Amino acid sequence: MKHVIEVRGLETRFGNHVIHDRLNLTARRGEIMGIVGGSGTGKSVLLWTILGLRKPDAGKVSILGFDIDPDDPAAAEAVQAHTGMLFQDGALFSSLTVMQNIMVPLQRHTRISKGLSENIAGLKLSMVGLDPSAAHKLPSELSGGMRKRASLARALALDPEILFLDEPTAGLDPIGAAEFDHLILDLQRSLGLTVVMITHDLDSLFAITDRISVLIHKGLVTGTIPELLALEDPWIKQYFSGPRARAVETAKMHTESDDLKQLD
Amino acid sequence: MSSSGIRREHVGTQTVFRLSGDWTTSALAVLEIEAGEVIDSAASTTGPLTVDAAGIDALDSNGAWLLSQIVHAFQQQGTSVDWHGLKEHHQPLFEHIRRSQPVPQSPRQVMGILRVIEHCGESVQLWMRHSLTFVSFLGLTLITLLKAVLQPRRVRFTSLIHHLERTGIDSLPIVAMLSFLIGVVLAFMGGEQLKRLGAETFTVNLVAVAVLREMGILITAIIIAGRSGSAFTAQIGTMKVNQEIDAMNTIGLDPVEVLALPRVLALMISLPILTFFADLMGLFGGAVIAVTVLDMNIPQFVRQLSEAVELNHFIVGIAKAPLFGFIIALVGCYEGLRVSASAESVGRQTTRSVVESIALVIALDTVFVVFFSIIGV
Repeated sequence: MKHVIEVRGLETRFGNHVIHDRLNLTARRGEIMGIVGGSGTGKSVLLWTILGLRKPDAGKVSILGFDIDPDDPAAAEAVQAHTGMLFQDGALFSSLTVMQNIMVPLQRHTRISKGLSENIAGLKLSMVGLDPSAAHKLPSELSGGMRKRASLARALALDPEILFLDEPTAGLDPIGAAEFDHLILDLQRSLGLTVVMITHDLDSLFAITDRISVLIHKGLVTGTIPELLALEDPWIKQYFSGPRARAVETAKMHTESDDLKQLD
Repeated sequence: MSSSGIRREHVGTQTVFRLSGDWTTSALAVLEIEAGEVIDSAASTTGPLTVDAAGIDALDSNGAWLLSQIVHAFQQQGTSVDWHGLKEHHQPLFEHIRRSQPVPQSPRQVMGILRVIEHCGESVQLWMRHSLTFVSFLGLTLITLLKAVLQPRRVRFTSLIHHLERTGIDSLPIVAMLSFLIGVVLAFMGGEQLKRLGAETFTVNLVAVAVLREMGILITAIIIAGRSGSAFTAQIGTMKVNQEIDAMNTIGLDPVEVLALPRVLALMISLPILTFFADLMGLFGGAVIAVTVLDMNIPQFVRQLSEAVELNHFIVGIAKAPLFGFIIALVGCYEGLRVSASAESVGRQTTRSVVESIALVIALDTVFVVFFSIIGV
């Protein structure tokens, strides 16, 4: 099984409005894939469909070899146990403490003791770099960045093979966003995760993604940034060569040459 | 692939643990039990220890954590651990996990009687602070109301008409139905009791006085508190969550004038009208029972009614309506503005708003009953 996620011929319609038309997507094991696209092109809907939160109007989605069907509880269960999702605003359960939030998937999908799941929750907290004192706080007592980390810890609770991220760096300051990028890269390397992330953060796209899928013309085009630019599509060109993208690229080239100087 | 677990072997004085299978989350329940047994035996294990991890096929961070706990338990006992066999590509993960720091235990809750006393104290303090801010909001609203009387231009008439429709016209059916039923219930119960004295004609007096003085206004106020007061809190609370209130303040709009004033005025106007309507329906309910159950005819009922009812009964009831409307709208807006940034507090404040406004209405009504009986109206 080379492809951990495989989407074939996906169609999504809202009434007469076609969002995705015969869309294909494959994610390889261990890669970080970015999904980009203009507003209203159905990035989040695509993610929901992959996660089985929405039934596709046509086409097939399979994750880790399981066909996703919202009406098939057994497959859904298997997928839930092997995927983690970080929602845009964290979506932490507001009535539970951070630690209890992380314990929820453990208690749902494993039969381990409360003591061990508490310990594992603590481990995940330290993996995402949250201060242990945050463990017994309620989500409302945390800052936005801390909520994201806590939510990431919950997504990692079951040691998933695939991690889905919806705009992980949105709402973070540049320092926090860069740290979060590093954290994801770090975790992806040490845990061997496959990461699929929706993002508009060009820094993230340039810094950590292996391949990028662009939602365009109701379908997906996937490739590395140079490959995508070679397609000569006006939207893609504008996206990756606009003033903001150029700024990121120049900055990146500077830091790389700095790194080289340091090596010398 | 061998099954996940730990096998214990003894080689001379040496103890050997052979670890095998998948050390991953799906096997965690089994591994926990086996690791627990091994950790418990740490105290009684003497002599050097060898951990052979060569059998581990797959390792994830949760499995690695359990592994590090085993090693840690023996090292704590001072047993020397010879540790080998972990696959090369599992090594970084294991080291990563080993370095992670433990999380402190959750703070202990104070239990028993002390907790009860503490909670009582907190509640009283909160209640006092809450009362103070409510009184200050009352003052603020009164000032705004006064300004509006002096400068009627300040009143937002579109908003006022909108709220009149929502709180007044839209509540007519439910107010009508419930007050009709209250009239029916009063006539039924009263008629049954008065029949024993042979005074069933006085049922009309009972229904008329009860409905006009108390039941009409109370039922209407309670329905409006549940229907419109809660809606006010939810609307304003949602605006607060969306930072619309902050936006108003930065533009220079006064939230009390823009949001509270039209709602307060709307309820002060619509509640008396609804009460009048409720009075009529309550009397109608009484009439239906009087005619069908108590064998009166309509002229009899009307005659008895005109004897029983004086204008002051009606006025006592309806005079309370604007005040109750004011209170309900005030509480609704106040609780809405008290919503904090979170969506869940909208729900909490809405509940509070309904409970508080109904409690205030009934308490005030009691004061009125005592007051009117003293001045003899």
